[in-house]
Amino acid sequence: MERDLELYHNLRLVREFEGRLSKMHHQGRIPGGVYSGLGQEALVVGSVYGLAREDFIFPLHRDLGAFLVKGVDPRLLMAQILGKKTGLSGGRDSFLHAGSLADGVFGATSMLASSLPVACGVALKFKMNGEPNVVLAFFGEGASSRGDVHEAMNFAGVQRLPVVFICENNFYAFSTPQPMEMAVEDVADRAAGYGFKGHVCNGNDLFAVMHEVGAAVELARRGGGPTLIECKTYRYSGHSEHDTATYRTKDELLEWESRDPIYMYEFYLQKKGHDMAALSAETGERVKATVDEAVKFAEDSPDPEGPEAMDGLYATQV
Amino acid sequence: METTYIKAINDALRIAMREDENVFLLGEDIGALGGAFKATEGLLDEFGSARVLDTPISESLIVGAAVGAAAVGLRPVAEMQFADFVSCGFDQVVNMAATLRYRHGGNAKCPMVVRCPSGSGVRGGLFHSQNPEAWFTRVPGLKVVAPATAFDAKGLLLSAIQDDDPVIYFEHKFLYRRVKEDVPEASYVVPIGKAALRMEGSDISFITYGSALYHCLDAAAELAKEGVTSEVLDLRTLLPLDRGAILATARKTGKVLIVHEDRLTGGIGGEVAAIIAEHAFEYLDAPVMRLGMRDTHNAFAGAMEEYILPSREKVLAAGRKLAGY
Ligand SMILES: Cc1ncc(C[n+]2csc(CCOP(=O)(O)OP(=O)(O)O)c2C)c(N)n1
Repeated sequence: MERDLELYHNLRLVREFEGRLSKMHHQGRIPGGVYSGLGQEALVVGSVYGLAREDFIFPLHRDLGAFLVKGVDPRLLMAQILGKKTGLSGGRDSFLHAGSLADGVFGATSMLASSLPVACGVALKFKMNGEPNVVLAFFGEGASSRGDVHEAMNFAGVQRLPVVFICENNFYAFSTPQPMEMAVEDVADRAAGYGFKGHVCNGNDLFAVMHEVGAAVELARRGGGPTLIECKTYRYSGHSEHDTATYRTKDELLEWESRDPIYMYEFYLQKKGHDMAALSAETGERVKATVDEAVKFAEDSPDPEGPEAMDGLYATQV
Repeated sequence: METTYIKAINDALRIAMREDENVFLLGEDIGALGGAFKATEGLLDEFGSARVLDTPISESLIVGAAVGAAAVGLRPVAEMQFADFVSCGFDQVVNMAATLRYRHGGNAKCPMVVRCPSGSGVRGGLFHSQNPEAWFTRVPGLKVVAPATAFDAKGLLLSAIQDDDPVIYFEHKFLYRRVKEDVPEASYVVPIGKAALRMEGSDISFITYGSALYHCLDAAAELAKEGVTSEVLDLRTLLPLDRGAILATARKTGKVLIVHEDRLTGGIGGEVAAIIAEHAFEYLDAPVMRLGMRDTHNAFAGAMEEYILPSREKVLAAGRKLAGY
């Protein structure tokens, strides 16, 4: 598929998947929490698109799309979210607390940003072995307040590690607005303190994300060390599907919806001469079919048996 | 007044803040949102943002700042959004808070509370279900409490806030809205270090705390129909343990089953069993039995969670076995 269309397909697939989860959650078909990334599709698609399978990503709770773009089978991801035996963690945990190392997707814990030091470890191996691979580590602006972020960035700077730190600044950490989280406007400013570059970009603009992250990835591959990219974006839903998000205004949400990453990209495609009505309908059908199939696979999958809770603890039994 | 467990916590915070202006709260989303579980609902309105402080996502800071403020005369009550995240502030709890007085020659106080919403049974998975109390019950200098009733939730929190030592307060999420009982509106304290005998009997003893109390009470009621009378001892405080109450019930019935939702290995049940073995051996008519979460992680899937956690049925089966000795 041509790149432009592949990107469009990815954006729509992520949105369809996220939208379906939201719907299924309200229908009581999803056990556990759902942390929607609706509105943040350009950020995950733009940063992960084009990575090699050997590159690693460290997605957090809102980065479902990163799993899909990196190549995780949508069926397995859906099964993971439904806590099924066929899911990535075999039902041992829910939502995105699982990974697929074969796809270069490192599973996170709930402890926000605890994955950043780990990302440095993966990057360290790439550097030690002279492998031209990179690591992308995602975290929210809220998570940036944790000490682990400082430790990871400091070390990455010292060691010139091939890691790109991607801060998704959606202006709220649960109910807490950015001014209560930090006394600066841009998380990217912090990079200077670690001896590497930080850039701010419009996280809703697919090309802006691809440009900034792409350049950082190239730099890292060439041994030029880490970069911090801050993507300004917005989550349309509440923190979780239970959260009605009364801490922000309807107008603010509307403003951001008017900067929707997919509409913006469709505008580009139209300018390029695509018949958008036809392309949109056709893409919509394709992604719907993919998600339908994922849901069917997941819902038809068996639940894990109780005793399986004891499996998977050790590589070698004593 | 009929009050839920979570409302009892909210009431205790409000009373403590009215009684003592040195009491203040800090944590994530505790202000306008009133906390992830609404434990601090309404407190921002009454006391303002200087005393109901929304912090960045920084557990180490939350605990550490509480230690500092406590050392110089304030009485901070820190909230972990989930008990699981106390791991991110672990150093500040076990090294900074716990040793503050000790390393200042006994000339310091650390009157602070860390509230930890803990517990399973809510489909929380690996990182929203933990019962991390045993990480702390082996740390001298800390006090650890874990109320099971709404009455104790309020009284123990008020005690903890008034206490001059760091208290880790485990509040069980499953009980938040399921436990509802008459709780006095006024201020009162439940003393730290005192267990409560919830049921008196002569055949077997259940020693428990937290959500497992209810499994034990249910099992005891069932056993009563079978002619077995039980004692049910609710520890309430896990550090320091109420050794007197533990030994009294062990000596009385000679048959003890310890039940907790925390993992079996390394759980406080092992300590309770050792106390009984050392000091009540001659009174025992059966081996001390323990029931806890299986030694694995807090698995998410329904059947898995059921498999690993203690339940009414599992407690009943163990109780029958014990009674049969
Ligand atoms: C160490 C830690 N503390 C608290 C939480 C609870 N929590 C989950 S998500 C969240 C807000 C995260 O905000 P941000 O990092 O900005 O990401 P966003 O949810 O906005 O995408 C909080 C407080 C957690 N998961 N981990």
